Amino acid sequence: MQTQDIFFYVFALLTVICAVMVVANPLSRNPVTSAMFLVLTIVCMAGLFVLLHAFFLAAVQILVYAGAVMVLFLFVIMLLDLKEEERRKVKIVGAGLGTISVGAVAFLLFRIILTSSKGAANAAPQLEGSTSSLGTLLFSKYVLPFEILSLLLLVAMVGVILLSKKDLK
Amino acid sequence: MISALTNLYDGLGPVGQFALWSFVKIAALFGAVMTFVAYSVLAERKISAFIQDRVGPNRVALPLIGSIPIIGPFLTNLGVWQPLADGVKSFLKEDFTPSYVRKAYFWIAPAITFIPAFLVLAVIPFGSFLGEQKMVIADLNVGILFTFGIISLGVYGIVLAGYASNSKYPFLGGIRSSAQMISYEISMGLAVIPVFLIVGKLNLGEIILHQAQHGWLIFYAPISFVIFIVSAFAETNRLPFDLPESETELVAGYNTEYSSMKFALFFMGEYTNMIAASAMMVVLFFGGWTLPFGGLDQPAQPAEWLRGLAHIGIFVAKMLVFMVIFIWIRWMLPRFRYDQLMDLGWRRFLPLALINILITAVVLWLRS
Repeated sequence: MQTQDIFFYVFALLTVICAVMVVANPLSRNPVTSAMFLVLTIVCMAGLFVLLHAFFLAAVQILVYAGAVMVLFLFVIMLLDLKEEERRKVKIVGAGLGTISVGAVAFLLFRIILTSSKGAANAAPQLEGSTSSLGTLLFSKYVLPFEILSLLLLVAMVGVILLSKKDLK
Repeated sequence: MISALTNLYDGLGPVGQFALWSFVKIAALFGAVMTFVAYSVLAERKISAFIQDRVGPNRVALPLIGSIPIIGPFLTNLGVWQPLADGVKSFLKEDFTPSYVRKAYFWIAPAITFIPAFLVLAVIPFGSFLGEQKMVIADLNVGILFTFGIISLGVYGIVLAGYASNSKYPFLGGIRSSAQMISYEISMGLAVIPVFLIVGKLNLGEIILHQAQHGWLIFYAPISFVIFIVSAFAETNRLPFDLPESETELVAGYNTEYSSMKFALFFMGEYTNMIAASAMMVVLFFGGWTLPFGGLDQPAQPAEWLRGLAHIGIFVAKMLVFMVIFIWIRWMLPRFRYDQLMDLGWRRFLPLALINILITAVVLWLRS
């Protein structure tokens, strides 16, 4: 086993543990703790990207998700009434439905992994590449999905501003 | 003896040697930055005293050196030993944890503030070569993105400190901080995009080499620099943007409930952030370790130890200028109101930065 494999298993294990702690923390029902574990999950995933030599993706993952999106999450959570949330019990129906959906997704994933060809497993990682080649790709081959996504974000932004305005004329 | 050591060194192999040198560099940088932090606190107190027509710290004397004629009293008057006394005091003071705080977050928040500040320094090239070693700990190809990512993590320390303290003023400080940091991070990130349009690389070392060939980027992207330095003040929570801890309205904001070494960690985090911001400005806009004359703009060869040391000296000197600017401005300007802060960030700097990107891109396109 190479050093890189060891790092992969360490980061993968940490990702899974932190992800479980986000939704099923046995010690605390505090939403802030869940949010902080989500930040840790994101950081561990950035570690996995680094192992794939996708440095740009790793940096952006931390910059956007851990650094901006989760800070806003925390901001909103801290302004909510947390006492009620902490007191709420886990409902059996909800837990059951959650387990079923997680199981279904896991089953699908396993099926895909088992049936897919294993030819690419030993090939060199294809994610490696400079930031400029990523940019070129985004603005040439994938320009339509890229522009549609930005339109979607714009719509969401306008929607938020409209919703947060109190007196609509 | 020496041959045995050389054999041991050769036996390490490339990976082992890399690890050894990285460790040496990290230890040296850590020591240097901690000394810097201690003495910038002294500089802050002395400069503020000068601006307000006071004397500043001039009492701490060491037993033996203090009794040397002329030099001893001179050093004491300068306050050279004050950081030692401050450090000892921070360690020895009672570490009081109020009963109502959220313990886990209360303990972890100072560390979360302090660590990202140091991580930023890992990618900053503070010299060219010393011997065969490149004077940067991690020569990343996405150096600048790494820096911004880590800086954006720094906000968690302050927000969690505010949340963990579980009382009014720290909480308000934490909330303010999160909104302020996110707002100015955007302006800061957009401000440096023209720099990369001009250079075409994200690696900080290559940005310096480009400046050595074509001149400093401050002349190419002055608007970027203005936005960057103002945003840096906001990101490091320094006056005129120290809304998260504004003493006059929020007692001390997020660090109201902290004492002794935990408070000192926040304090050191703030100064390390200032050092990191100064280093970033030197690297991005002022040519890093280069000077345009005396042949100092070329990387040192393995045998040229003196030139390697001169490069480190140049970098530190440039950085110190920015540290003094940081300190000077703190004592010259009043604090912004919160709505003014948000207005400046979102309605002035954001459009300005976008226009700046557009103009730079168009100029580069026309010239190509």
